[in-house]
Amino acid sequence: MTVVVFLGVYAIGNPVDILIPDDATAAERDLAIQSLGLDKPLLTQYTTFLSNLLRGDLGTSFVYNIPSIDLILLRLPATLELAFCALFIAIVIGLPLGLLCGLRPGSRLDKTVMGASIIGFSIPNFWQGLMLIMLFSVMLGWLPSTGRGELGTVFGIETSLATWDGLRHLLLPAINLSLYKLSLMIRLTRSGVREVMYLDYVRFARAKGLSEVRIVMVHIMKVVLVPIITVVGMEFGSLIAFATVTETIFAWPGMGKLIIDSIMRLDRPVIAGYLVVIVLLFVLINLLVDIAYSLLDPRIRLGGEPNDR
Amino acid sequence: MIDDIIQEQPWRRAWRHYRQSRFAVIALIVCSIIILAAVFAPWLAPQNPYDLNVIDFFDSKLPPGSSAPTGFIYWLGTDGQGRDMLSAMLYGLRISLFVGVLSGLIAILIGMALGLVAAYVGGWIEALIMRVVDFMLGFPTILVALMLLAILGQGVDKVIFALILVQWAYFARAVRSAALVERQKEYVEAAQSLGLSQPRIMFGHIMPNCLAPVIVLGTMQVASAISTEATLSFLGLGLPITEPSLGLLISNGYSNMLSGRYWISLYPGLLLLLTVFSINVVGDRLRDVLNPRLSR
Repeated sequence: MTVVVFLGVYAIGNPVDILIPDDATAAERDLAIQSLGLDKPLLTQYTTFLSNLLRGDLGTSFVYNIPSIDLILLRLPATLELAFCALFIAIVIGLPLGLLCGLRPGSRLDKTVMGASIIGFSIPNFWQGLMLIMLFSVMLGWLPSTGRGELGTVFGIETSLATWDGLRHLLLPAINLSLYKLSLMIRLTRSGVREVMYLDYVRFARAKGLSEVRIVMVHIMKVVLVPIITVVGMEFGSLIAFATVTETIFAWPGMGKLIIDSIMRLDRPVIAGYLVVIVLLFVLINLLVDIAYSLLDPRIRLGGEPNDR
Repeated sequence: MIDDIIQEQPWRRAWRHYRQSRFAVIALIVCSIIILAAVFAPWLAPQNPYDLNVIDFFDSKLPPGSSAPTGFIYWLGTDGQGRDMLSAMLYGLRISLFVGVLSGLIAILIGMALGLVAAYVGGWIEALIMRVVDFMLGFPTILVALMLLAILGQGVDKVIFALILVQWAYFARAVRSAALVERQKEYVEAAQSLGLSQPRIMFGHIMPNCLAPVIVLGTMQVASAISTEATLSFLGLGLPITEPSLGLLISNGYSNMLSGRYWISLYPGLLLLLTVFSINVVGDRLRDVLNPRLSR
């Protein structure tokens, strides 16, 4: 496994060509190659890589000259902030819309929203981002299209959420990232509500004379939310993946933009570091989702007979 | 005559069912037009956008509807090199569809074979295959493809390879679960007691009955492959500039967009959206039609 990562990351291209200006002398070039350790045989480079990896050191970025893990962790908060905001938008708008559609299947609202959600699934994320910029930044001039804006500090964390300028910068990327998940959220909620709505226990609640609001908000939602929460967990990982695209378009300084830039510049230690961080992140997310699932769904209990799903 | 009816029934019934949604029929028509346009692009396009003799650099970045000194009308404008956008888009569509469909087909073949083997043979082979499938599905498509291309470099073959690698697991999972159900049925037992060989039972008898979910998933996956390829090309990691797909065309227009030249990015994107959207609608309808739980 480590061999694959090493070969994949280290055996491609020649980063020196990209890093060194064209007019550099041969001596300067050799010096750069030496300081980056690229003059040693591949096997030596590999053993160095492996022993450093075991000590949690993934090498120093060729471009920024700081340890790649530090560099990635420095950029991580911006990505997380973007992903959380996108998730928030998807949930806050998607849940109620899906609920309304599910309660009145076949209505005009239902048809419109369902049609829009297929578009939401189909629209290429990067193009959608470009169109958002064109509409709101270029034509209307309402919102800025690049960067994070002014950062404020809340509880020692720097965030765009704390200042008005930051919020304005955050809005477009967050919307862009959220639209696909929004469609997904609407569809999930709708189909969940439709399945549950006609079950006996809901009819019983209605026969008992409970108010419609209470039936929907308590009795239906309680069941519908179980699969949604797990899907939200899993989709959070894909939000971080798609953030690479959104960050590139909106020049959002998160780790997604960092990895694209690093691939372009063949900054190998950063690519290797990103791989490690992202795999760890996904293992963590999947673990949390599994735990949440077993806590929420009474049909699944850890240690019991595995259910055939 | 009775044989005839039995032979014809599934497909004809599916079509009768499909026809009931006018929206889906329109999508199917749009889809067919797009495929035909892509196949016949060299004959349909007003100019060959990669023939340097035809392209006039002084005609670059013209807005839609303007005409060249030669009287040639650029209906959708021109791009930064003076290429007719309409022609460039038709050629781009051709490349996008080619990559999407080819990678989808190969992924179907690989996924189907592995899924069938997993379901039919079982044991440690099944465990191994499904472990790999779970691993592949644990990571988002775009991320895996991104990483692969970062390692492999650019190129049509590499993009297709990456797309196959991220897609086959979906088919393997779908086919396995369908085949597991089929394996319990009596006709398989009958075939076994007739002494038919295992590959023959697997591919001749079980496989045809697992095709419905594969068709539905295949349609959706081709749409997603086209979209993924466009995204990768946009990021500069997909197809090389010599093979400009729709994604690359959009990416070329990116820098011009901020100065108000919207058409270079807008129209290829609209075409891409229309393609992916119509394929998705068709797939959505096929799922309703072919779902054995819904149709009687």
